[in-house]
Order: sequence, then C-alpha cells, then structure tokens
Amino acid sequence: MHPAIRINSVTKHFGATLALAGIDLEIAQGEFFGLLGPNGAGKTTLISALAGLIRVDSGSLAVMGHDVQSAYRSARRQLGVVPQELVFDPFFTVRETLRMQSGYYGIRNNAAWIDEVIESLDLGDKAAASMRTLSGGMKRRVLVAQALVHRPPVIVLDEPTAGVDVELRQTLWRFIRRLNGEGHTIVLTTHYLEEAESYCGRIAMLKQGRIVALDTTANLLRQFAVHRLRLRLAVGGELPPALRARAVEDAGCWVLSFADFAEVEVMLAQLREARCPISEINIGQPELEEAFLAVMQRDAE
Amino acid sequence: MTGFRTLLYKEVLRFWKVSFQTIAAPVLTALLYLLIFSHVLEDHVQVYDSISYAAFLVPGLVMMSILQNAFANSSSSLIQSKVTGNIVFVLLSPISYAEFWLAYVLAAVLRGLVVGLGVLAVTLFWDTPLLVAPLWIVVFAVLGGAILGTLGIIAGVWADKYDQLAAFQNFIIVPLTFLSGVFYSIHSLPPFWQSLSHWNPVFYMIDGFRYGFFGISDVSPWLSVLVTGASFAVLAGLTLAMLKSGYKLRS
Repeated sequence: MHPAIRINSVTKHFGATLALAGIDLEIAQGEFFGLLGPNGAGKTTLISALAGLIRVDSGSLAVMGHDVQSAYRSARRQLGVVPQELVFDPFFTVRETLRMQSGYYGIRNNAAWIDEVIESLDLGDKAAASMRTLSGGMKRRVLVAQALVHRPPVIVLDEPTAGVDVELRQTLWRFIRRLNGEGHTIVLTTHYLEEAESYCGRIAMLKQGRIVALDTTANLLRQFAVHRLRLRLAVGGELPPALRARAVEDAGCWVLSFADFAEVEVMLAQLREARCPISEINIGQPELEEAFLAVMQRDAE
Repeated sequence: MTGFRTLLYKEVLRFWKVSFQTIAAPVLTALLYLLIFSHVLEDHVQVYDSISYAAFLVPGLVMMSILQNAFANSSSSLIQSKVTGNIVFVLLSPISYAEFWLAYVLAAVLRGLVVGLGVLAVTLFWDTPLLVAPLWIVVFAVLGGAILGTLGIIAGVWADKYDQLAAFQNFIIVPLTFLSGVFYSIHSLPPFWQSLSHWNPVFYMIDGFRYGFFGISDVSPWLSVLVTGASFAVLAGLTLAMLKSGYKLRS
C-alpha cells in the first residue's frame, strides 16, 4: 500500500530565502496528521509543493504513490486542499462554485455528493447565495466543501479554523473526523495547539524549513511536556524547604512540575511531614503547547 | 475533457453574467466611433471608389471590437483571479496547461465574436454591409480573436497589478489596433507610416477581415491569412511554453 504522502529530500528557495531545507516525511493512509510550526516555518510552502502550486528545487513528492510533477493529474485527483487564504470567485453562487470545482476534476453528475457536502457543512441555506454575500465563516465552509467535492482520499487543511467561530469549528471537526473515520487521510496545519493535540495522531514540527520533531502526539507530550501539581496553601502555611526549592509561584499557588506520577507520592509525603495545610490541590495534564515551545527552544540552542 | 469544458463554461459564464459591461458597453463605444467619424469624415475621406466611408468603417470597427474584447476577456479574468486568489482552484485541479490555454482563448474568441456581432447588428441601421466572401470574415474574426485572447493570457499572467495590465493595454494593444487601418486605408498614409504598418500584424487581420466584406483590400487576403496564422502559431507556442514553465502561476 502506498503511503498517502511521501516527501523525499525536498528543498525550495524563494530568492535568497531557504523555505524548505530538505524535508523527508511519510504519512500513512488513514492518519490524522498535524504539521505545526511558527509562521514562516515552511508549512504552507510544503503544502503548496504537494499541491503543485509551486515547484521545488530538488527532491520529490507523491500523493498516494503518484508523483506530483510527472503524474500531476492523478496526484491532484487524490488530493483536496483547503487553502489558508479566504479566496472565492465573486461571480458565482455556492452551488455553481461547487459544481464547477467538481467539473475541473472531471466529475459530472456529482449532485448527490455535492448536496451531502453542503448539508454536512450546514451550507444548505446558502446554496443559492452569491459567494460575495457570504460571511467569512460561510466562505470558509465553501472552501472546505470545494476541497472535498472530488472525494479525495487525502485532505490537507491549512489553518482551517483561523478566525472561525466556535460553532463552525465544531461543525468542521465533526465532519473532518467523520471523513477520517471513513478512511480519508487528514493533514492539518494550525496555530491552535489544543486542536492538534485532540485530533492528530502524529505530529511533525517545522522550523525554518526543517522538521525538528516527528512523533506520535502521545510521545511528544511524554517527551517534552511535564505534569504539574498545583497547590494552594491555607493561611499561615509554608512549603517545606525541599519543595520550596523546586516550586514556582503562580497567582497565589505553588506549581511543582514532575515527569512521573511516582513523584507525586513523594511530594505529598513531604507536605504531610511538614504538616503543611493545603486548601486546594490539582494535577494538570501536559499540554502540547509546552512540547511545542520546548522543541522550538531546544532547536534554537 | 470535462475539466477543460468546465473551465470554458466558467469563463463564458463569467462575462455573460456581467454582459452589460462586457458586451453592451463595447458595442456602444463602437457605435459612438461610427457616429462621430462617419459624420465628420464622410465628405472628406473616400477610401475605395465604390464604398462610402461609413461602410468602409464598419468592418474595421467590428474587427477592432472583436480584438479588444478578446484581449480584455482573458487578461481581465486572469488578473482578477490572481489578485483575488481564486486562480488557486484551477491550479489545484488536474487541468493541463494546454487545456487551460485553450479554455481561456476560446472564451476570449467567443466574447469577441458576440461583441463583433453586436456592433455589426447596430450598424445595419446605417448601411447593409456586403458579404462578398463570408468565409474570410469568419477566418479572420476567429484567428484575430484567438491572437488577442492569447496576448491577453500573456498579459494577465505577467501582470501582478491592475496598472501593469492597463499599461500593457494602453501601450501595446491600443496602438496596435488603432494604427492598423481601422479608420483609414494605409495607402493614404505617408510612406514611412505605411511601411511601418506592414510590420503590424493587426493590419493584416483588419485588411483580411475587410476583404471578406468588400472583396477589395490593401494586400491580398492570402498574404493576410499567412501573416495572421503565423502570428497565432508563434504566440500560441510562446504562451504554451510560458504556461508549461509555470511562470508566475506555479513559482
């Protein structure tokens, strides 16, 4: 079985700027994959190269085994891209837009699927409306619909939730998860790390055109993020010196970081021995944001 | 072929939806030219013995409208798509560069022909034109529209901003079409301008087109069709190579 996406030693310059500095990446069919990185890291460039919107200087890219240059027709049929920019053609209605996009991919008589996509994205009321009259959120839905109109096995979403309200986010994620459940491969870029954390099984972090971390979301969290024990002391309470040395004060609470749950027992024992009165205690989950910042900083050193 | 047909359909629908601006307006412009020039020059200019100046002017204006509107169609569609970014929907699709070229050119030819027919229809109120050799009329109308439609693709792909496109139009397309014998026979020009006109391919398009109406022309229609056909072949080759390279569209 071909990987959904195979990227081999891809480099790309824009003038003197090195946008992609040798990317190697393989994404298996059916994955929900996250592509993270700060602005300018090369995420959109990589997606553009995959979609054939730019030509790379060296290396090769393939979608479902079809090279994006030499077999561009089959490669593009396998790929649906939701662009980051909110672009639309003001001359047409929503349904015309979708019918034409379907036609570009050589598919006629696609009305049933177009209806289904319109319904799933809650676009029913707007199907006959001109694109220029739609709100930003509605335009975003049409962009997603356009990317799906040819039922591509691989779907790439470039910051699909940027500037989007809660309702649309939920509609969108419900639909995307359903597609993933039906076997579509999903590749996602986002700045909302909690979205990546909850949906992506595997994540690549990009920085200055390089992949600086590539692992399952669980492993990245384990490796780079820490758990936190958060304590609020009762009035007059004082941390024992052993804990005081490793605690950080935050909004009236003491925060103690730890990697292993066995450490919690030790810390609680120390508190008990010191007869330290506690008014509130909780344990925080590790967050992808921490892992992200850790990776980005590690690489800077 | 469905991809190509859809792109062609979209390009036709695009100008059809705003036909007041893309068809009615240029017909009105041509009509104004005809009113003013024929009124002012009727008694002063006689190009061919048997033909009134107004009658002489009609085929020139029809052809000029075809050419300018063919250019306007492909160039403005492309620059709009580029500036608004929606060109990405075509670029993401499996449509090949040759299909892309053909769809834009055919839509441009169609817009040119619709405007040309409109101009011809309103001028019927003045004079019933002769149609000595209708086949030549069709050949030059289609070839001329295809050449300017192709030039429109070059301009639309090249220009990053509307003012660059306007410069292309004002400094290349308008002089080429005006200095081509729309309003006069080049035989009435001083020798220098006359020989310069022979280097303008648009002159051959208009001269050949006019031959179709009257059966008389400044040069043989066979020479005109040769020059026009060769210009088309060269421009088409150039444009296809440009699109294949991904120039400006797939950087």
